[in-house]
Amino acid sequence: MTGETTVRKAETIPIAESNDVVRVRQQVRVLALEVGFSLVDQTKVVTAASELGRNTLEHGHGGHAEISIIDNGVKRGIKMSFRDNGPGIADIALAMTDGYTSGKGMGLGLSGSKRLMNEFELTSEVGVGTTVTVARWK
Amino acid sequence: MVIMKTLLQTLQDNGDRIVADWTHSLRSATQRKDLLSERDLESQAADLFKAIVKVPAETKISEFGSPAWRPVKDLVATLSVSRANLGFSPTETALFVLSIKPAIFGTIRQEWGSDPDRLFSEITVADSFIDKLSLHSTESYIGGRDRVIARQQEDMLELSTPVVTLWDGIVALPLIGTLDSARTQVVMETLLQAIVDTNSRVAIIDITGVPTVDTLVAQHLLKTITAARLMGAECILSGIRPQIAQTIVHLGIDLQQIATKAKLADAFRLALEQTGRRVTRIDGAQAAQAAKAAKAAL
Ligand SMILES: Nc1ncnc2c1ncn2[C@@H]1O[C@H](COP(=O)(O)OP(=O)(O)O)[C@@H](O)[C@H]1O
Ligand SMILES: [Mg+2]
Repeated sequence: MTGETTVRKAETIPIAESNDVVRVRQQVRVLALEVGFSLVDQTKVVTAASELGRNTLEHGHGGHAEISIIDNGVKRGIKMSFRDNGPGIADIALAMTDGYTSGKGMGLGLSGSKRLMNEFELTSEVGVGTTVTVARWK
Repeated sequence: MVIMKTLLQTLQDNGDRIVADWTHSLRSATQRKDLLSERDLESQAADLFKAIVKVPAETKISEFGSPAWRPVKDLVATLSVSRANLGFSPTETALFVLSIKPAIFGTIRQEWGSDPDRLFSEITVADSFIDKLSLHSTESYIGGRDRVIARQQEDMLELSTPVVTLWDGIVALPLIGTLDSARTQVVMETLLQAIVDTNSRVAIIDITGVPTVDTLVAQHLLKTITAARLMGAECILSGIRPQIAQTIVHLGIDLQQIATKAKLADAFRLALEQTGRRVTRIDGAQAAQAAKAAKAAL
């Protein structure tokens, strides 16, 4: 990575119901347009936001998304953090496995988002909550 | 260093006349009464001018980024974003701010008309100020319009989803809008019901109008397709744009078992084949003959 990464524009959106996931997607698309992402990359970032936002809602029982434009002096990108104070994830490796779901999902949200983004970081503590932070550069 | 003090004082003293002149030129410049009533336009002009007059007299024009300009800039930004939402063009939006120039220049000429040096310097100051403000207006407008576009792309369009019978035994369901709402269930049930009602063998689900296809949407689609299959109908998924195709692959969603087409027309052709028909082009002579035969049959 080149130089220091600075945050140029940040926005926090609460996630408490299904409509909020749509709102997160809308705002992510706005920022993606601002960064100048191609249509394909826009779609990737928006889709990852949709997956992670819905995990926050459904598995984390609600929380919030912080989305921002980042700049490392050479290029710009989008960074998104999804936080909740939900049940947490006991076995992160298992949760990251393609097809694993504790509910009735497809079990591809976490692993798929990791493939859609350039950076992916998951921290979680049982009984405390989960934070997933992802970034994609232009 | 350029100081606004004297200029601001002059503007304050002549506020009523400036607003009157301004609204006069606004009326002739922005003829969009369809989008914004004359009364709203005038009250916006008055509000903006009030905000300009409230800027502390010692504020410097060279410090357009200073907090003193905040209220004015915020108001201009709000007005410009709302114009983007209303459907104003960028030019029409910039004109709102720019059209204050004649009124302000007129006031300056009245005040310092006898002192050319002073006149020139005050006009320069005012001119650069209004230009900055109108650039700010344009930037806000663009930001606002991006938001409108993004919202349109992601809108929860509560459209009733029509099931279209394309041919005997072939139905199409063009999906439009966000597919993770409660609506999804209704849409899917509508399709399954239509398959029963029309006794269709092939159903085309077109997702051209679905902005985001994530795992939840994919799961809804796959469930519907499986249910349709159980009822003896094959589904074809069409309208898969390149960016959606790539995203689906990255997510790891397996659509191998499903017939997919990029365009609705291709899906229709496939549906005709699946129901034992074929689309062929007929040449000129054949076409003439067919037309003649059709006429004779009348
Ligand atoms: N924010 C979260 N809080 C708690 N558990 C989570 C969270 N996000 C994901 N998980 C766990 O990881 C699993 C895999 O997530 P994901 O890949 O998105 O699949 P899905 O959401 O379809 O189950 C979930 O089933 C859930 O058990
Ligand atoms: Mg998920």
